Amino acid sequence: MGPQHPSTHGVLRVKLKLDGERVIGSECMIGYLHRGVEKIAEHRSYQQFAPYVDRMDYVAAVSNGLGYCEAIEKLLMVEAPPRARVIRTILTELQRIASHLLWLGTHALDIGALTPLFYCFREREEILKIFEKYCGARLTTHAFRIGGLQYEAYDTLEKDVERFCKAFESRIGDYEELLTQNRIWLGRTKGVGILKAADAIAIGATGPVLRASGVKWDIRKAMPYAAYDQYKFEIPVGTTGDTYDRYLVRMEEMRQSRLICLQAIENIPAGPIMAKVGKVLKPPPGEVYHAIEAPKGELGYYVISDGTVQPYRVRIRPPSFVNLQAFDQMARGHLVADVVAIIGTLDIVLGEVDR
Amino acid sequence: MADEPKEQQPSGMPAGDKPASSAAPASTPPAKPAVASPPGAAPPKPAAPPPPKPPVQLQTPLNNELVGRVRAKFGGALVEAIEDRKQAILAVERGRLAEIALYLRDEEKFDLLSDLTAVDWPKREKRFDVVLNLYSFAKNERLRVKAHAGDGEEVPSVAGVWPTANWLEREAFDMFGIVFAGHPNLARILLPDEWQGYPLRKDYDIIEQDTGWVKENLGIESGQ
Repeated sequence: MGPQHPSTHGVLRVKLKLDGERVIGSECMIGYLHRGVEKIAEHRSYQQFAPYVDRMDYVAAVSNGLGYCEAIEKLLMVEAPPRARVIRTILTELQRIASHLLWLGTHALDIGALTPLFYCFREREEILKIFEKYCGARLTTHAFRIGGLQYEAYDTLEKDVERFCKAFESRIGDYEELLTQNRIWLGRTKGVGILKAADAIAIGATGPVLRASGVKWDIRKAMPYAAYDQYKFEIPVGTTGDTYDRYLVRMEEMRQSRLICLQAIENIPAGPIMAKVGKVLKPPPGEVYHAIEAPKGELGYYVISDGTVQPYRVRIRPPSFVNLQAFDQMARGHLVADVVAIIGTLDIVLGEVDR
Repeated sequence: MADEPKEQQPSGMPAGDKPASSAAPASTPPAKPAVASPPGAAPPKPAAPPPPKPPVQLQTPLNNELVGRVRAKFGGALVEAIEDRKQAILAVERGRLAEIALYLRDEEKFDLLSDLTAVDWPKREKRFDVVLNLYSFAKNERLRVKAHAGDGEEVPSVAGVWPTANWLEREAFDMFGIVFAGHPNLARILLPDEWQGYPLRKDYDIIEQDTGWVKENLGIESGQ
């Protein structure tokens, strides 16, 4: 299957071993989008590399940028000012909603529900418009800088976010109405691609995939970064770890992200948006591992500095790559048609798998 | 289009920024006004001033309970325990990596292998570091474990301890050529199987490629 199959969300090739229509084994062939991002990092300055990370998980560029900037800030031992942290949180949560919307639309489309796609893209467009107003770009935003933000929030940012969040609540209701009790949807997702909690941990799954298996773990709560320690939100978990649970978990996550945004715009602290960092960044020698809860799971940056202007090594721990490894055990015993649902439910982006 | 926020160049004293940077052969923008911090009366700032001028020792020896237990159990196999920016790092003997990994998973509850990767230090006698980033749900703690390996030396696979390591070790093999002994299927994962060379090694140039492969499979002289 693949690499040009429309349901593979990029260029994933899956070798399936079949017994009739049933999958008895599989192998994922990846690397079609490999660009050597980690190698490039060693030949750019710290700031120059920042735009590259947007191009890994290109449907959640803001989250990638947040992880990278915070990792380098840790390496430099500086902290972004409170105002910058809150604005970062708002944009990152909007990005989470946008990423989940894209997942929902395409996942439903793969399974045969055409309508949600149009609904999802309508709302996603609103978010992208906010990004565009903020930093001029919609997809590969490069919204943050090491040390804080380059741009001050535009005048109506809070209003725009509020308007979106107010309307969004009933919009999620619309999607749920189309899918949650839909008999075809239930039939195609319930009991498909079950991943038990112990297996999920063993295979290293993180993010919604892990939580749907019943493990209540979210880096935003466990090791808060940005401004997440200031806001109240719940971590939704599933029970059985099937495709339907992962659907419910992501739907609830969108609601929670919306609540975080609403809390954050209430009180954006005044003050500077940039910490004191030099124009030439030379972090003291040493290393740091910093992980954030990206929409797809744990996005980690392991950065080593040798004291020069270029990183000695940047290792990116991509959630999609690791989660995709669970595909084989999830697909075994299911029908070929379910493979499409399982790829969809893992919510992978090949730009990040291959880097 | 680097950072050019609304900051004036403060004439007078450079606000504690490294004067050394102007002397450095930086390939980045001209380093003469190397001051990027806002002028004098900066607003209240929570963090300490970023560039600590006196060479602060960032890597300090670590001696907590966990280290004590590991040392008691494995003795000399624990080569070094340090802390860097509040993150714990253990360096262990390569040959006993899998054994120590099993102990850390079962006894110390580091049940999630977040990441496994490698780093190349070509000037060192044993040029590779294999680096494991572990996480414990029970303790909400991270731990980094390293093993040094020379070129051609095999590293015990931890895929039997954390199945995650399967692909992660394949990637390390793909990029560095490190062989993991006992790995179920040590093949390249991102690059084509026939590719020659290991791109993330420091002696592999940024524009280097397997020209033979490119010519044969893509029918062009160069991918650049």
